[in-house]
Amino acid sequence: MDLSAINPVLLIASLMVAATPLLLAAIGEVVVEKAGVLNLGVEGMMITGAICGFAIAVETGSPVVGFVAAAIGGALLSVLFAILTQFALANQVASGLALTLFGLGLSALLGQSYVGIKPPETGDAFGALGDIPVIGPILFGHDLMLYVGILIVAATWAVLTFTRVGLILRAVGENHDAAHALGYKVKRIRVLAILFGGGCAGLGGAYISLIRVPQWTEGMTAGIGWIALALVVFASWKPWRVLIGAYLFGGVTVLQLNLQAAGVAVPVEYLAMSPYLITILVLVILSADKSNAPASLGRTFHASS
Amino acid sequence: MIKLEKRPQPSDLWSMATPIVAVLATMVFGGLLFAFLGKNPAEAIRTIFWDPLFGEFAFYYRPQLLVKGAPLVLIAIGLSLGFRAGIWNIGAEGQYIMGAIVGAAVGLAFYPAESVLIFPLMILGGAFGGWLWAMIPAILKVRFGTNEILVSLMLVYVAEQFLAAASLSFLKNPEGFGFPGSRNLQQYPSAHNAEVIAGTGMHWGVVFAFIAVIFAYVLLNRHMLGFQIRLTGEAPRAARFAGVKPARLILFCLGASGALAGLAGLFEVSGPAGQITIDFNVGYGFTAIIVAFLGRLHPVGILLAGGLMALTYIGGDIAQSNLGLPAAAIQVFQGMLLFFLLALDLLTNYRIRLAKRETA
Repeated sequence: MDLSAINPVLLIASLMVAATPLLLAAIGEVVVEKAGVLNLGVEGMMITGAICGFAIAVETGSPVVGFVAAAIGGALLSVLFAILTQFALANQVASGLALTLFGLGLSALLGQSYVGIKPPETGDAFGALGDIPVIGPILFGHDLMLYVGILIVAATWAVLTFTRVGLILRAVGENHDAAHALGYKVKRIRVLAILFGGGCAGLGGAYISLIRVPQWTEGMTAGIGWIALALVVFASWKPWRVLIGAYLFGGVTVLQLNLQAAGVAVPVEYLAMSPYLITILVLVILSADKSNAPASLGRTFHASS
Repeated sequence: MIKLEKRPQPSDLWSMATPIVAVLATMVFGGLLFAFLGKNPAEAIRTIFWDPLFGEFAFYYRPQLLVKGAPLVLIAIGLSLGFRAGIWNIGAEGQYIMGAIVGAAVGLAFYPAESVLIFPLMILGGAFGGWLWAMIPAILKVRFGTNEILVSLMLVYVAEQFLAAASLSFLKNPEGFGFPGSRNLQQYPSAHNAEVIAGTGMHWGVVFAFIAVIFAYVLLNRHMLGFQIRLTGEAPRAARFAGVKPARLILFCLGASGALAGLAGLFEVSGPAGQITIDFNVGYGFTAIIVAFLGRLHPVGILLAGGLMALTYIGGDIAQSNLGLPAAAIQVFQGMLLFFLLALDLLTNYRIRLAKRETA
């Protein structure tokens, strides 16, 4: 075992990369859940985004167009969830599961001819600044999408905390009957929140297939969508805590990979379990306090008159 | 102006009709999907739904219907108990894997001894493995209020890694020339889940699936616990006033569904699959969720839905080899079915009225 092979600077830099898909998916889900909707289809939307982004980036040669397509793909899939839960008034848990099962199948179907292809490279956002020792790789050495992810978190926090739109969204999530009585369009707001969540999950998926891995394999999101759902609970529905949580989980994943590479005496399979086990552990520690959960979370809204 | 009016009672007629309408709608839209993939839709649908039952080679496919349907029905029966009470075990895939590993390990521990007691012990081991894996989310939910959906799902990924470890290290066949995978249980008579009636596909898993259907039916219709499960799902407040203990229900529903999924895993590994391998699991645990909903969470419905879903698996395989239809297309098809089912359920609980626009 050679732990000195683990370089802390590279470790931090790569944990930021590992955390970004989680961050994007989780911040989208925060908005959805703040509006009172529980969408368990994150995994399905992520994997759909992953293949949409990958396919379009390969066809056009542009990762940026790929990411846009990924967001659109994720949002389009979430439309199905919106129709089911908001207009057909179906159970949100079951609809979310359906979305994941459908998304996994759909992505496998779309991705058949893309296995084994390399996507176009995404360049670093700041070029030469990334070569500064120590802080360079951590602060400047990343692709543009990583910074966009952090910006989305900041923007979500600002909108939820300081704007009228954010206030209305939270009102709908806390008490949809009261919000309806005040004249807010509960369904319209929820549909828009679901679309935003789908777009973010799509971006997160494309980040995996275009930057983190980068290639396409079936089922490549490997539960990251579900970890993102756990992360929302971990963050008690606060955007900044999503950022901290995502980096913690990213750290665990990267450390585990580094330990595998360093040849620790534990078999690879047991190390690979660790992100999931830690997710469970964190859920156990934090689930005692549910006071921050939106009060209408998961409840179906139907205006009877 | 379309208006939805909540029915005072869910409609029995629509409750029976929605699965059928959903299947028909899926056939139409699935046909469109197949046409889009460049296949003749009528031929594809016929290959999937007709050929396995009545085609030229049906004598070969009909037994497969039981082989593929049994694990789906076993798992779905267990899931339906929890789903009825609002307890969401979606990690059946993990419990299925653990049941297979524990059950196979029990059998392999006795190798090469021969005894009639080995297979019953393996059955107990399989049920225990699945039950144990489901107890983790159950106890965490009861003790700490942890969300059982996320925990049971995380444990699927843990179980998959454990399966890889089992087939690469502690259950690896010592005479397997270094290839991953356990000894083949089909070649170990005492541990082999052989067909009860040769040539019919009727192995012990099928027998247990039928027994599970009967038990679940009796439980839900004739037993206090079944009544409490239904009450908790349909009227949680009333259930609380009636003194239903949620902790007991959680432990029972998750435990029962885990044990049944573990049994399904054991019967698969000791019969059709034969050995523990890295990719031994094929997603029955997730497809069973669709089966449970398609069967309206009713034991008899699940039996029929399991048969139908097994049909799409077998028909999908045929369509794959005869028409070159991608395997993923069948997965999309199955997902679509669940969508239509959930959407059409609206008609069970609500009445659609065309209301005139009201004037002030």
